[in-house]
Amino acid sequence: MAGGKNWISRWPVFRQLMGESGRGDAARSARTDALRPRTEKADSVARSICPYCAVGCGQLVYVKDGRVSQIEGDPDSPISRGRLCPKGSASKQLVTHPGRQTQVLYRRPHGTEWERLDLETAMDMIADRVVRTRRETWQQEDEGKVVRRTMGIASLGGATLDNEENYLMKKLYTALGAIQVENQARI
Amino acid sequence: MAECHPVGFQWVVEARARGAKVFHIDPRFTRTSAIADRYIPIRAGSDIVLLGALVNHVLTHELDFREYVLAYTNASTIVSEDFQDTEDLDGLFSGFDPETRAYDPSSWAYEGTEEAAAGLRGEQLEGGRHHAEAAGAEQYGSGGAPAPSKSPTDPTLTHPRCVYQVLKRHFARYTPELVAELCGISPEDFAELADAITANSGRERTTAWAYAVGWTQHTVGAQYIRTASILQLLLGNMGRPGGGILALRGHASIQGSTDIPTLFNILPGYLPMPHAHRHEGLDDYLSQAGPDTGFWGRKRSYTVSLLKAWWGDAATEENDFCFDYLPRLTGDHGHYTTVMGQIDGTVKGYFVVGENPAVGSSGGKAQRLGLANLDWLVVRDLTLVETATFWKDGPELQTGEMRTEDIATEVFFLPAASHVEKEGTFTNTQRLLQWREKALEPPGDCRSDLSFYYHLGKRIRQRVGDDEIDRPLRELTWDYPEHGEQREPSGEAVLREINGTGPDGRTLSAYTELKADGSTRCGCWIYCGVYADEVNQAARRKPGSEQTWVAPEWGWAWPANRRMLYNRASADPEGRPWSERKAYIWWDADKGEWTGHDVPDFEKNKPPDYLPPDGALAEAALAGTDPFIMQPDGRGWLYAPAGLADGPMPAHYEPHESPVRNPLYGQQSNPAREIYPRAESPYNPPESPRFPHVLTTYRLTEHHTAGAMSRPLAHLAELQPALFCEVSPLLAAELGLVNGGWATIVTTRTAIEARVLVTDRVRPLRIQGRVIHQIGLPYHWGWGSGGLTTGDAVNDLLPIVLDPNVYIQEGKAVTCDLRPGRRPRGRALLDLIEEYRRG
Ligand code: SF4
Repeated sequence: MAGGKNWISRWPVFRQLMGESGRGDAARSARTDALRPRTEKADSVARSICPYCAVGCGQLVYVKDGRVSQIEGDPDSPISRGRLCPKGSASKQLVTHPGRQTQVLYRRPHGTEWERLDLETAMDMIADRVVRTRRETWQQEDEGKVVRRTMGIASLGGATLDNEENYLMKKLYTALGAIQVENQARI
Repeated sequence: MAECHPVGFQWVVEARARGAKVFHIDPRFTRTSAIADRYIPIRAGSDIVLLGALVNHVLTHELDFREYVLAYTNASTIVSEDFQDTEDLDGLFSGFDPETRAYDPSSWAYEGTEEAAAGLRGEQLEGGRHHAEAAGAEQYGSGGAPAPSKSPTDPTLTHPRCVYQVLKRHFARYTPELVAELCGISPEDFAELADAITANSGRERTTAWAYAVGWTQHTVGAQYIRTASILQLLLGNMGRPGGGILALRGHASIQGSTDIPTLFNILPGYLPMPHAHRHEGLDDYLSQAGPDTGFWGRKRSYTVSLLKAWWGDAATEENDFCFDYLPRLTGDHGHYTTVMGQIDGTVKGYFVVGENPAVGSSGGKAQRLGLANLDWLVVRDLTLVETATFWKDGPELQTGEMRTEDIATEVFFLPAASHVEKEGTFTNTQRLLQWREKALEPPGDCRSDLSFYYHLGKRIRQRVGDDEIDRPLRELTWDYPEHGEQREPSGEAVLREINGTGPDGRTLSAYTELKADGSTRCGCWIYCGVYADEVNQAARRKPGSEQTWVAPEWGWAWPANRRMLYNRASADPEGRPWSERKAYIWWDADKGEWTGHDVPDFEKNKPPDYLPPDGALAEAALAGTDPFIMQPDGRGWLYAPAGLADGPMPAHYEPHESPVRNPLYGQQSNPAREIYPRAESPYNPPESPRFPHVLTTYRLTEHHTAGAMSRPLAHLAELQPALFCEVSPLLAAELGLVNGGWATIVTTRTAIEARVLVTDRVRPLRIQGRVIHQIGLPYHWGWGSGGLTTGDAVNDLLPIVLDPNVYIQEGKAVTCDLRPGRRPRGRALLDLIEEYRRG
């Protein structure tokens, strides 16, 4: 860029000082001209939907080397026409931020610290507890009427659950006889 | 809307550019107000007064769209002689039992049906008590309560007991003067609004109302929406393009979470959960599950197909299709009652999945006391939300009310997959299902909730024995293809089960194909068609630019891909568009079918002159001029003879906590509201001088709910870095509050601190001759969740008092006190609250 006697007249700072708009051509330099969007180099693109509000804006999720490299609005969506609000635009951070937990944690009764637990072990322990609590709190009848339920197990789900997830939850809980199943939709 | 549904708001901006006039009615001035033609501040909790006055304005000046009202609503139906109005009973409707604080709605019935209403079928007709007990109104997510379809009418609308006249008398005292007195809206502003909406309704024009939880989170929330429905029906704005009442739902799939409910009182597709004391067998249940006329008349097909989807070959005609495998309700088993059950020790194990009640639900202390009294707790989320860590860092540890070592709760935290690491559908606020492709595998131990429940179910099924109580688990259909190293179950296979299959095992294309004989299976009847022709219709992505403005080939909307409900009403009784401008669906006599821009929400070949034969059932009982096909009479209800726990018409009641006396009736607050008289979560007394201000909570564009999906994100935390309270310059001067300084907000539940934002965006209002201040608080903060910004939990301030129809808490209008400076720490915080409680 520094070569040639005209470099100064092409220098963005100079051009903008000379009155050209910093939002047009004068913002460009050889370096910025060489930049390519991350989206171009992606290995794959998935068509997704923003997980925040119920507008349901379309998202394009770009993946490079096994990591999300960019999330953009989907211009094809008749709902959002490519736009995303601050939350939707920040959703790459939602999936990549360092505070995200990726390990199972366990706190034993009266414990003061988290402990590590293997996922399979945790799943087994939870299944044991469900089966045990269900048996211990089983209610066959209430005031002479058959109820076939447990009042010992309850659930509260968020409204970013997929329909398929809600479906399996309701199906499993109903078969278990757990009726205190609730959702953000109430709250 | 611009704040909380920003990208949806682009369409309001476009409409405005094309000449639409936009009014914004809200306690706070927002980005919506900035763009609106007119911003009208209102006192939180007074909307029925405003909407009721608009109804009164339309009725008094006969500005209703008479042809529409006569043909499509129940305006002409005669109401029972037994009915008494709030005008007669000083704020109560007939049928109230002060002991149980519940209504028996049989006197609200139409003339000639009282007897039927008193004895009869409908869980809803049977008694408001039962209805309220199990939040029965939620069942009407896709249609109305049962009511007889034939009752006497007076098409001249002059009979003193016809709905039109009943309504007129009921709302007569809802005047512009009352609006000024209670809402703080001047008669001039009211006139401008009333003129605008009436001038903009009729054949050529339509008006739309949009709302969010500012209308629902009240002890009269369902009646807020009812008032808007009455207004929109009178003006002919339902089922027509540019009309409607648009519920702006707050979360990606909150609509889906009610359609396929993880809610205690309903099954998929708004079928009620059976009740122990009213539903012995399937026949008994079906006789009460919904009306026999209109499309609910096919409820046996919906129910049997659901039972077949869940219990497969084990479900047979002989065993009532395993109907008795369904557990039974005996009352309110909702979120807040469950929390009380935790505190009382009946609830032992708790799953919290993508939710954060420790800071996200009203009465945070009660929530945490409940968590601390569990045997075991499973939390699944992206970050360590406060609900997972309350035992380590909850506020009760600082006040000395809890000690970590004393808390016996065993806690499992399981990290969740994000929305890009799993496939599945969200249902947005327009009932539109959109499929998400999976972009990559979730990291580490992170798994989808689909995977969690599928594998948990497998493990549980391995552990159950031959016991009778285990039979529903043993026989449950629980077989989905697994993919990849993580053995992720196939979301498409689950969606296909939801859609349903026919006797040949192929997917069905419409709920009208469902059979009551057990030959079809369907996990959610309203979603039948989402997998028509073995194709995932929710994954359709034909670009909007290559389609009509209705865009029917993007995703899939329930039911039957209809983008606008009740769109038969967009045509006149003869089937012609009301006007060329507003043409949407019309009758093509040559082809003998309904046609237009959308899928008709009507039987395709039913001519406008069809009249039902006597004794007809289901949709055959509706005439060719009855557009509201989920209603038993096909009509829009200006007056609801059944279905609501707190009255057939809306009445203004003050919020449970209010600084103002209700001048309309002796009855101050909704008599049927749900109250929890518990020490863990007490109430501010009404009209208390200790709590003189109105507090309302809300969201910001840059954050989401209690913050677990936004506070850990650097960009969003930087954009909105701290909890603040919005106060007017007048109140700030009165109390000595400094912009950017600290203030403490107090209720009888607790006190929290927030930065002070002194702003004209909240205006003091003159109510009943005195100045009432409103304080606005965004509720996105909590102490944890890995937040880059943290703060006190606003929901800790809120009372646990609920709407009796749907059990939603009153979070939008409560009372509080405000003091300069930070809140006390430790024990001193409890002392301060004690001082306030003493009065
Ligand atoms: S981008 Fe914004 S407006 Fe669109 S769905 Fe996401 S949160 Fe809602």
